[in-house]
Amino acid sequence: MTHVSLTADKATGPVNTGPAVSIWRSIPIGAWLGVLPFIAFALMFLIVPTLFLVSSAFVDRAGNFTLQNIIDLGTEQVVNAFSISIRISAASAFFGALIGLAMALAIIRGRLPSAIRSTVMTFSGVASNFAGLPLAFAFIATLGRLGLVTVILKTVFGFDLYKSGFNLLSFVGLTLTYLYFQIPLMILIIAPAIDGLKKEWSEAASTLGASRLQFWLYIGLPVLWPNLLGTLSLLFANAFGAIATAYALTGSSLNIVPILLYAQIRGDVLHNPGLGAALALGMIAITAIANVLYIVVRTRAERWLK
Amino acid sequence: MAEEFLRIDKLVKTFGGNAVVKGVDLSFQRGEFVTLLGPSGCGKTTILRMIAGFERPTSGTISVEGKDITSLAPNQRKIGMVFQAYALFPNMNVGDNIAFGLKIASMPREQREARVEEMLKLIGLAGYGKRFPFELSGGQQQRVALARALAPSPKMLLLDEPLSALDAKIRVSLREQIREIQRELGITTVFVTHDQEEALSISDRIVVLNAGNIEQVGQPFEIYNKPTTRFVATFVGTLNTLNATVADAGAKTVRIGETTATIPALPTSAKAGETVALTMRPEAVALANGVDRDIMLEGKVAEVAFLGSVIRLKVDLGGNLVSVDTFNDQRTPPPAHGTSVRVGIAASDVLVLSA
Ligand SMILES: Nc1ncnc2c1ncn2[C@@H]1O[C@H](COP(=O)(O)OP(=O)(O)OP(=O)(O)O)[C@@H](O)[C@H]1O
Ligand SMILES: [Mg+2]
Repeated sequence: MTHVSLTADKATGPVNTGPAVSIWRSIPIGAWLGVLPFIAFALMFLIVPTLFLVSSAFVDRAGNFTLQNIIDLGTEQVVNAFSISIRISAASAFFGALIGLAMALAIIRGRLPSAIRSTVMTFSGVASNFAGLPLAFAFIATLGRLGLVTVILKTVFGFDLYKSGFNLLSFVGLTLTYLYFQIPLMILIIAPAIDGLKKEWSEAASTLGASRLQFWLYIGLPVLWPNLLGTLSLLFANAFGAIATAYALTGSSLNIVPILLYAQIRGDVLHNPGLGAALALGMIAITAIANVLYIVVRTRAERWLK
Repeated sequence: MAEEFLRIDKLVKTFGGNAVVKGVDLSFQRGEFVTLLGPSGCGKTTILRMIAGFERPTSGTISVEGKDITSLAPNQRKIGMVFQAYALFPNMNVGDNIAFGLKIASMPREQREARVEEMLKLIGLAGYGKRFPFELSGGQQQRVALARALAPSPKMLLLDEPLSALDAKIRVSLREQIREIQRELGITTVFVTHDQEEALSISDRIVVLNAGNIEQVGQPFEIYNKPTTRFVATFVGTLNTLNATVADAGAKTVRIGETTATIPALPTSAKAGETVALTMRPEAVALANGVDRDIMLEGKVAEVAFLGSVIRLKVDLGGNLVSVDTFNDQRTPPPAHGTSVRVGIAASDVLVLSA
């Protein structure tokens, strides 16, 4: 640091004010050092693997260039897997957003004691990260065939959940399980936006004759709309990539992309690393689209709320 | 002659046992421009919010045109409100903001558009209808907020420190514009501010509040020249204080240093030898070059502030620092710091506040 600032001091003299020196003055070395670990991690665990993936999607087992893996994405099994994954992700994102929004509105705008708000927010912080194995087992332990709730419903209320058509290892079951982290995530993301709704807007609307419903219809929801849309895409991406929960819960009984992908790289009968890479590429593309949507829509919203 | 429009009776508001408004009675004439003036936390906003219906009074009543509206919902009151932070709807352009109340009232589109144009002209922003709030300056946003509040022709207009977020120049021009529009429409208006100059310059009447109570109600001229309480005298305008000793209460004479003066305002209850505070406005004290006033005193110039059309001197009168205002005169420079001067005071301009 000392050396750099000495150089900078000299550069203030009348002789040398060239651009090379002024770059040194404008780059805070310390700050760059600070983000170095992040850059290194991103390189090692995101950028390099992605490049590796992209390249291996176009290579066959013998190591030659091929488009076969991409063509194989069109097979029925793969198309089905993408279709059911997209539907589960969309359903869990939609219901997660709906329920999460209602809860966030209740704890922030409703006249509840402030302790409720902080409790829910803290719980959401924990629950939104509660995925993977522990979550799957928690759900099996409560809603599985021998789960606590299933058994209580049967013995105490005489209601057989599974005979009524419910199955935890299904579209509905997986969507329900995903909701466990989708709803809290929604609450966490949308809360700042709801806080951004100024009290004066609803007061101004009411002096102008509007009812509460009219306020939400014409001002509240339109202002939140870009945020809602953006958050929806984020929730979608979040569910789409959640392999651990899905795999732990359903094993290979449900044909969704993350599991199909896992099968390609795990090394059993289905083993085909090239197709695995192509599947991953497809997932990256879909997740990327969802994330780009989120960022674009979010930027628009922030312009309003500033 | 003038007819009562808004009436507030024994209004009380407590927040969790903490009395914020402590029994306020007020009566407003139709078309009147009344300002609630007072220091921060005195309850101005709370009173305004009770008139608008956002807060329910703990006790007391509010009535408009003889009808009790105390428990009427805000959206039934037909009251326009302007907030300190503009509060324009960010998702609507200027035209839609102004049209909002009309749309809620189901006014047909054509009439609505004509009304918006009319309002835009009124606030001097014709042609700005398609802009969004974030594309406007603070002063422009506040004018749109005013137009939005006035568009549905409310019965009354409430403004809560609408100018305090703006810079000084715009603050003055916008307050003149607000007053002009208010006169043009003849709408009964309650304006809240903690800025005494603002209150004095635009109001028909001023209500001075302190800690939830009314201190004085009157026209700006009365409030400034005939304050009835010490609080009003010190809160509104600059006040000079000169300590004096009562010589003879019956003859209304006091001694200021070596000088004896007759003060008509001296209460007969004063006792000889008691110290009283004589107060007067800076413009009631004159530099005595040629003038002959009832009370003439010697002093030294301690400070000179050139304010443009007015020069404000601080003169040390035997330990009392007194502000003296004189008009700028191109031919006579103001006395220099440290020079001895004689000042004259008209005894009838002097108020006596019990010390
Ligand atoms: N909702 C509330 N809950 C509790 N106390 C409140 C509430 N609203 C206002 N108060 C208190 O009431 C007092 C008066 O508040 P108010 O906003 O009426 O003051 P004000 O005269 O408008 O002041 P300012 O010039 O700062 O705006 C303050 O002490 C404030 O803390
Ligand atoms: Mg206030």
